[in-house]
Amino acid sequence: MKHSTFLLFTLPSLSVMFLFIAIPIVSVFIQSLHIEHKQVIIVSENCDPFGCETTTSVDTEASAKLKEKAPLGKFNGFKTYSNRMHFAFDEIGEAWNSSDSFIVFVKKIYNYPLYRALSFTLTYTFVVTPFVLFLGFLVALGVNNLPKLLKGPTIFASLLPMIVTPLVGSLILFWMVDGDGVIGATLQKIFNDNSLSLKASPVLTWVMLMVYGIWHLMPFSFIVFYAGLQTVPHETIEAATIDGASKFQRTRHVVIPHLMPLAIFITLILLMDNFRVFEPIISFRAEAHATSISWLIWNHLRESAYPLYNAAGATSMITIFCVGILLLPVLIRTWRDFNEKNKG
Amino acid sequence: MFLKKLILGGLTALFFSSSLFAADCGPNGQSIRILASDFPAIHAIANSAESNCAGSASEFTRNHTTEARQIMNAAQTPDPAEYTSVIVANSTLVQLMNDGLVRPLNDLVEKYGGNLKSNQLITIDGKIMAIAFMANSQHMYYRTDILDKAGVDGMPATYDEIISAAEKIRSAGIMEHPLVMNLKVGWNVGEVFNTIYLAHGGEFFKQGSAEASINNAKGIAALETMKALVEYAHPDHLTQASDDTQGLWEAGQAAIGFMWGSRGGVILDNEGSSAEVTSNTVLSAAPTVTGGSIPGATLWWDGITIATNVSDSEAEATFAALVSGMTSEMVAANNDDAIWLIDGFKPGPAAAGVSATAQGGAKSYPMFAQMGLLHNALGAELVDFLKGAESAEQALSDVEAVYETAAKDAGYL
Repeated sequence: MKHSTFLLFTLPSLSVMFLFIAIPIVSVFIQSLHIEHKQVIIVSENCDPFGCETTTSVDTEASAKLKEKAPLGKFNGFKTYSNRMHFAFDEIGEAWNSSDSFIVFVKKIYNYPLYRALSFTLTYTFVVTPFVLFLGFLVALGVNNLPKLLKGPTIFASLLPMIVTPLVGSLILFWMVDGDGVIGATLQKIFNDNSLSLKASPVLTWVMLMVYGIWHLMPFSFIVFYAGLQTVPHETIEAATIDGASKFQRTRHVVIPHLMPLAIFITLILLMDNFRVFEPIISFRAEAHATSISWLIWNHLRESAYPLYNAAGATSMITIFCVGILLLPVLIRTWRDFNEKNKG
Repeated sequence: MFLKKLILGGLTALFFSSSLFAADCGPNGQSIRILASDFPAIHAIANSAESNCAGSASEFTRNHTTEARQIMNAAQTPDPAEYTSVIVANSTLVQLMNDGLVRPLNDLVEKYGGNLKSNQLITIDGKIMAIAFMANSQHMYYRTDILDKAGVDGMPATYDEIISAAEKIRSAGIMEHPLVMNLKVGWNVGEVFNTIYLAHGGEFFKQGSAEASINNAKGIAALETMKALVEYAHPDHLTQASDDTQGLWEAGQAAIGFMWGSRGGVILDNEGSSAEVTSNTVLSAAPTVTGGSIPGATLWWDGITIATNVSDSEAEATFAALVSGMTSEMVAANNDDAIWLIDGFKPGPAAAGVSATAQGGAKSYPMFAQMGLLHNALGAELVDFLKGAESAEQALSDVEAVYETAAKDAGYL
């Protein structure tokens, strides 16, 4: 294809991407470099049904004037990125100097919101992704071997976890693991411990969130693999059977290599999705034990009285950066494969 | 005194009943749009306003949502604002005032406020910014039958007495976790700290500045008290808010509760619980520290405000409609839904806890412009201490550091 034809061909999608992806990202970045103007505070006498007290309030007129002059706020440079809410450079330097062992240092780092959120987000991503890939593949193989009559209903049932809205799905599980719920009460019976609570223990909360994540995302990898299985060439399988390959060997040496490009595609999507884990933390009310990067962004914007746009912007930029790093190895590999194929 | 005032108010209302004339709804054909939280007392006020004045208005809409706090600033900032009135409480009034989203009501009160009492007027530097109609606070709930069975004399009045009563109930084998409190991570857990800190005589900010000052002996003592209480709370306490604690109480799974007064009516009614629970539930004042006198609670009021960014005639019609709802008839019909500040209220058993707490001299929820930021920081950072992962000093210094970062970004420091 000529370069100019290619350009014309992709122009609509490029311009839409520029308008709806590039520009918003740049605007979020610019916002993350600014903080609110200094509020003009006045001391005021405040009377309510219980008596009078001296408190403070914002002089809205004076504050509005400041805002009119510079609507973006006060320029703050990269200080939002380096402050305690994000990379906390100063605090980490101090923690390094004041800790006598590495474990103490790690413990101190864990105290800062971004690192705490990162530790859960990364663990979640690296546990859930391989499980979903592997289990999805197994389910796809299983369904593929079912008699025709059963296939339809089984596929529908296997897709259910993904059809159910994440918020509803996790709420149902949240009630089930409650001390009075089916799972929670059964566990208490089994371990004969009335105060056993999935919600009170950090480790069990992490496990619960990851199990939910696997349950919720498995249908996605299952259905993609299942579609891929329909394209496995019969001739190759037959040839392998004639050569005396067992079922396992056929799967290992014919089916898996055939599905490899699909696996890479699923890995890419799963890494991106899992890194943005959010809903289960809200519906499991797991904030005490597990926070994620997306949860941090939401938390910065949650209080409409004091929305921290700069902090939310900075966390968003960090998210994009981290997703980029995560995807890099997969992308490099795809690029290399592509080049090799073109050479060959 | 509080109780006496309320009863006196009720008696005067009998003589000067304001309902002798038809409700005055102000200018005709205006649009009235209300945003409010979602509990029975607020429905009562809004229902009454709607039935009086919906006829003369071109539109009367209501949005009742527990998320009101989170959406109100965004909804009221554009001109014209989404709602002509937001029904607020102490802290939400501050959050609207910080952005200049409520208008002074002095002239409207003069015109339509004939039946309002002076203690209903929330004034800031002489400007009336809201009209309160009910009071609320946290206080203690006790199951007298269980306290008796465990051999506790009378009702605990201090934190130490509560802890020893809880221990007695546990060691008698009646309940492993007799205590319920709203300790859900975030706003709720921060609020519990606020109440205990106030009971210890603490101040949230350095005098005349927005700098936090909670990392001190009182703060540490408050946290230690909180930790001692949490020992006896349900293991899932960090996920429990009002609906959950009320549920545990009504299911008979708790004997000592620190919950909102506004739940009193719902807990004591004959729905959702057994007679054994309701007949033995007694509401009493919030606890003090041993030897102290300030009840550990924050006093709240709920009241109406009028938006800045709406036309004057819409503002007038909305104000007239809402005030027309604040009558002694409305109170008589919904007596147990709230601790009404309006004439005609007869305090029943459901009001006992709040009255006793207010009478005991509990403090109002602090109205500092930057209080919300400190509250958020408390809600996020105290959890590590409660889980036992951190010392009290460390938790409090974390709170101050988080607050400082947020307050700088928001322009308060």
